[in-house]
Amino acid sequence: MGAYEITLLTSVGIAVTAALGLNLITGFCGQISLGHAAFYGIGAYCAAMLTKAGVSFAPALMAGGLLAAAVGVAVGFASLRVRHDFLAITTMGVGFLFLGVVRQQDVLGGELGLSSIPDPGLGKTGFMALCLASAGLAALFTTLIKRSWMGFAFDSIADDEDTARLLGINVPVYKLIAFGIGTALAGWAGGLYAHQVRFIFPDSFGFVESIAMLTMVVVGGVGSVLGVAIAAALLTLAPQWFQVIADYKLLVYGALLLLAMRFLPQGLAGLARRLRGAAP
Amino acid sequence: MLALELFVQGLIQGSVYALIAVGLTLVYGLLRILHVAHAGIFTLGGYIGVLVTNGADSLALALIAAMAGGGLLGMAIYRLIYEPILRQPPYVALIASIGLYIAIEEVFRLIFGPYGLTYSDPPLQSTIQILGMNLKWAELTMMAAAVVLIGGLALLAAKTRTGLAWRASVTRPRMAESFGVDVVRVRYLNFFVGSALAAAAGVLVALLNNLVEPTMGTVPAYKALAIIVLGGLGNVRGTLVAALSLGVIEAFGTIYLGKILDRDAIAFAFLIVVLMVRPQGLFGRA
Repeated sequence: MGAYEITLLTSVGIAVTAALGLNLITGFCGQISLGHAAFYGIGAYCAAMLTKAGVSFAPALMAGGLLAAAVGVAVGFASLRVRHDFLAITTMGVGFLFLGVVRQQDVLGGELGLSSIPDPGLGKTGFMALCLASAGLAALFTTLIKRSWMGFAFDSIADDEDTARLLGINVPVYKLIAFGIGTALAGWAGGLYAHQVRFIFPDSFGFVESIAMLTMVVVGGVGSVLGVAIAAALLTLAPQWFQVIADYKLLVYGALLLLAMRFLPQGLAGLARRLRGAAP
Repeated sequence: MLALELFVQGLIQGSVYALIAVGLTLVYGLLRILHVAHAGIFTLGGYIGVLVTNGADSLALALIAAMAGGGLLGMAIYRLIYEPILRQPPYVALIASIGLYIAIEEVFRLIFGPYGLTYSDPPLQSTIQILGMNLKWAELTMMAAAVVLIGGLALLAAKTRTGLAWRASVTRPRMAESFGVDVVRVRYLNFFVGSALAAAAGVLVALLNNLVEPTMGTVPAYKALAIIVLGGLGNVRGTLVAALSLGVIEAFGTIYLGKILDRDAIAFAFLIVVLMVRPQGLFGRA
């Protein structure tokens, strides 16, 4: 495998991990989030600051995930106050707030970001294996959740929150759990990202990034683990294929988003269902 | 003195927000869609404004052309994109709209280049002294235009039969339809008027900054979403108050909070604080 393929697969592993986290919040539990990149960024900044200060890689990654989860639960409290479109805009606001704060902090490198983040020392192939393993574990873990009692509770909240409450499901607790786990995965992925590129700056975690993650979830088919993993992989690789049309890259990306929603609102999972339904 | 000046600058910025956000909240009120691509129409307005002013040497003509062009684009967006997906869950339209906005931005960048265009002979740049402040005519025009256009809209909604049909379709769409209101016509009108206001804002902002660029809509796109939520989604009066207050809060915030937060984050900090206290927005009904 060449160095180029290794880099690509590493990016795929990171993207799938983060997207599966969002799938848990938005897909399973029905809480739309337009600020997922902020948690990815919190994990990235936290892990990078720690390894730069001499902490070893594994605890730094974990700390990144935990800090993201802590902030995620705090934002989760917002989902207890506001719903639907209001929640979408609130989480979008959290994303902008994260950027606005990071940009003004000299400790975090301000606009210029953090550079010379230490190499975790796993080698390129080892690091790729770690990222792919993270993605695999995230897929396994979220599939298990989906099949458990908790998955049923999430599903009922996504379907009809008021009825779920009536059935005696503790809606606030489950929402906070969804935000906690989902943002922990994002933070973990962010820590991996920081040590892959070893140079991070605020714009890597902006609104466009949050939308890219939400796109992976929606294009994959909201709630479908396999669909989201495939969409995350495809959408990470797509810009590489678009290199040929470098100047039109973003135009094609925007148009794809638009067309996917216009003609395929159920995502890849919906398409698969339809094909299976059509075949005898 | 500084306070007064900041207040006036805040009102000027606030009237820009108001012109953009009114169209957005109208679309939300009628269709429950968060119409991010609205900011693309704002950008289109800016470009038409500069191109027509430079070509035909008339700002008035440019304003009319921009409003007509923006309005038509808004109607086309409704017909081609939103109408077929109205029955899908709300995030479908939201993501489609974001995709469309990215595409519009890119079209401007590819056609006119990344660095933007300027007026060859920018009109209304002379200043006038009011209460010891130096204000540009362009800034006064901005405020006047916001008052005239939004006031006109309010009159239209309050006094005409069309306005009555419009308001009826917002509050009780089914009932309005059974009383013979052509709901589809109302939607087209809604998109035309809202988009025309955003395009007018584009022309006037281009005049204030003497610059149009492909990304000029990005910050207004998301800030306008914050504003309509603050105003209590779909509530026009609330949106106006929210837009003006946000302009003023930003003007003061940049001076006093600039060290901790950048200007664009202030809006969202304000938004989050308000929503935690009043989840239905400042003026929404619970």
